[in-house]
Amino acid sequence: MDFWPLIKVLPVRTHFRFVRWARLFTPLSVVAIIGSLFLTLSPFKLPCGGLACGIDFQGGTVMDISTAPQRADPAKIHEALRGLGLNETVQTAGAPGAALLRFEAPKGADISATVSRVESALTQAFGTVKFKSTDVVGATVSSELLSKGLLGLGLAILAMLLYIWFRFELQFGLGAVAALFHDVFLTFGLIAIMGRFGKIEFDLKSVAAILTIIGYSMNDTVVVFDRFRENLRKYKRMPLGEVIDMSINEMLTRTIITSMTAVLALVALAFFGGPTLYGLSVIMLFGIAIGTYSSIYIAAPVILLWGVKRADDEPEVIAQPAR
Amino acid sequence: MMTLARWKVVLVLLATLLGLLFTLPNVLPANVTAKLPPFLPKNTLHLGLDLQGGSYLLYSVDTAALQTERLNNTAEDIRSELREKQYAISDLAVANGAVGLRVTDPAQMNEVVNLLRQSVGAALPGAGGGRDMTVTPMPDQRIRVAFVPEAFAAEAAKAVEQNIEVIRRRVDATGAKEINPVRQGKDRIVIEAAGENDPEKLKRLIGQTAKLTFQMVDETASPEDLAAGRVPPGDEVVSSSDGIQPTYLLKRRAQITGEMLTRANAAFDQNTGQPIVEFRMNSLGARRFADVTRQNTGKRFAIVLDKKVISAPVIEGVIPGGSGMIHGHFTQESANELSVLLRAGALPAPMKVEEQRTVGAELGADAVKAGATSAIVGLVATMIFMLLIYGGLFGGISLIALAVNAVMIIGVMSFTQATLTLPGIAGLILTLAVAVDANVLIYERMRDELRAGRTLIAAMDAGFARAWGTIFDANMTHIFSALIMFNLGSGPVKGFAWTLAIGVFTTVFSAVLVTQVLLAWWFKAARPKTLPIGH
Repeated sequence: MDFWPLIKVLPVRTHFRFVRWARLFTPLSVVAIIGSLFLTLSPFKLPCGGLACGIDFQGGTVMDISTAPQRADPAKIHEALRGLGLNETVQTAGAPGAALLRFEAPKGADISATVSRVESALTQAFGTVKFKSTDVVGATVSSELLSKGLLGLGLAILAMLLYIWFRFELQFGLGAVAALFHDVFLTFGLIAIMGRFGKIEFDLKSVAAILTIIGYSMNDTVVVFDRFRENLRKYKRMPLGEVIDMSINEMLTRTIITSMTAVLALVALAFFGGPTLYGLSVIMLFGIAIGTYSSIYIAAPVILLWGVKRADDEPEVIAQPAR
Repeated sequence: MMTLARWKVVLVLLATLLGLLFTLPNVLPANVTAKLPPFLPKNTLHLGLDLQGGSYLLYSVDTAALQTERLNNTAEDIRSELREKQYAISDLAVANGAVGLRVTDPAQMNEVVNLLRQSVGAALPGAGGGRDMTVTPMPDQRIRVAFVPEAFAAEAAKAVEQNIEVIRRRVDATGAKEINPVRQGKDRIVIEAAGENDPEKLKRLIGQTAKLTFQMVDETASPEDLAAGRVPPGDEVVSSSDGIQPTYLLKRRAQITGEMLTRANAAFDQNTGQPIVEFRMNSLGARRFADVTRQNTGKRFAIVLDKKVISAPVIEGVIPGGSGMIHGHFTQESANELSVLLRAGALPAPMKVEEQRTVGAELGADAVKAGATSAIVGLVATMIFMLLIYGGLFGGISLIALAVNAVMIIGVMSFTQATLTLPGIAGLILTLAVAVDANVLIYERMRDELRAGRTLIAAMDAGFARAWGTIFDANMTHIFSALIMFNLGSGPVKGFAWTLAIGVFTTVFSAVLVTQVLLAWWFKAARPKTLPIGH
């Protein structure tokens, strides 16, 4: 017995009773959604509620500086910027001399001139300072980006509903969209929790990650639905729950293999991609996991509850797989 | 499978070849690429600012400031015109987007309104006549002068275009030709400068209005009035950077403006060796300058740049030739910068920065390294995984499809010069990792069909035919998300969306067609009885 290729030793056909567990998992998911919504929204304040707001949506300035070889002493930085009235926060981490500055330009002040003043004040205090990156977002742009971002998420979900409706049936579309909402809300919950630990900010990149998740979650749902629809035509008298179970079991190998390759790539991105890609990849890792889960425990139960049209009067095309 | 259409083989070979051809410049050293025959592609991937370092600046053109400025000028025109014609008025001021005034004598109300109707604003273009400002009599002998909204909107739009023109001239003057100002929306201008190491310098060059005026210093006002904040009508207090006085009281009316300059260049004062800016005026400016200096010998005039006095010399005598020099507190660099600004002209409307993203070249290089490392690790892991699962033959075929896919994505990105950003690299890795999904779908379908009792050939055929619909549907979903992401703005996110979108097409192509061709070749060569991935 050889073990390579592994596909030969993987079970041919599993017979998990997925639908039976829906009674347990679906309510759990509903609780998780409510929890996530609460974490995301509270405190109920614009623009970002409970999420750690990045400057994309809040406006403000983030400067990544290095005072190496000197130590980036936060006290010294505050001292240098005293009098500019910025109310800045300084975060030192990683390499010696590296510091992350955040501030908001005083109301009415020119944001770009404020950056120039900060740069010269720091250069005066430390001698040479390297300004590795500077991001400045004004109030007008940040509110535009926020509304664009939220609108984008809404549009994506709507587009998916319409596409599934068009390609399958309305019930399928509703199931898929329920799964999408589940994924999106839980992802927001993750961003809220990671935000409280200072790990992930809610910004344009997070929105891009969520949009990608919407794509992938949908991808997974479509694959399961596709098999589901096919089996519905094949086994016209089989109870709906059993058809669903059978379809999920048939696609299980594929689901696991595909999720694994995505996970491998995303773990590599999270570890080696640096701070820019960390949030993006963690969000997507989480999204792939719950996207797979939600196809089974959200999308399918909705269809089960709602029922689908089945042309019972037609004879079964293939009662049993041909031998 | 058995009936492998020739066009499929040709298409696969052609796409692979083209992909390789367009990818090649990215891996060849530049001197080798340069020697290639001219018909071969030479474009390498276009790296985003986050990868090569650079600045992204989003300016908004302040059309409100433009309107205020126009209204202020109009108020001054009205003041001098009515004074000349000896009409008594009061309360002349700009407020709420209009000029307001009050005619002292009710009997003169109609005359003044008629006079203003003929003189204020500018004539509208076209045969219809009319002017771009309306004069409305109000109760209590008041008159309101305001812009016709459409006329001002047109003027504002023109100002945005002219701003772009001026920025282009300024940028060209410094030789940074790859910086291209682009209009965005109604009143925004985007500037992307790759590799520019000093964004502050760039902002001084682009964002400075550089409105130059020569105004007379009003030395007649009493110091007590000034201390109490009483500014004589027609005067203004302007702050100064000349190091002599913190502020000056100036006549509002500009005698000479920047548009009258024809030349400006940095030079050195022959006596002190200080950097200065020399200028030369056009004939109108020269005549006016001669008049002003003749009438005001012994008085001071101020050279004002963007509402700041840079120098306020005493006029020592008539200056006839229309040329002169500015002694500010310049360094050689700032004298150079000012002369560039004066040569290119002032921005018709002031601008302010709404968004700035700057990445240093060093950080960009780090990002490239991080992207490359994670790409290699992620892809190698995916490859090993596929080989483990599906074995050398089927796993290998999916890897060849993957390689063709990668080459096609990079080829298309190089050809279209689409911007590759760091999130774009992430999108690329993710696309490739998930591209094997299509192979998995096909293989699993084949196994299913085989298990359902079909012959090997029938199972392979059905695998492709039936997996196709699923693959298509599943990939359409990515197109939707990518399209929406593309509209989010923000360069890096756009780059991510773009790689995802290109990836969808190349994935469907390579996973379906490339896999099919490879499997068909294998089938013809080996004539297998069983599937190596079957049970």
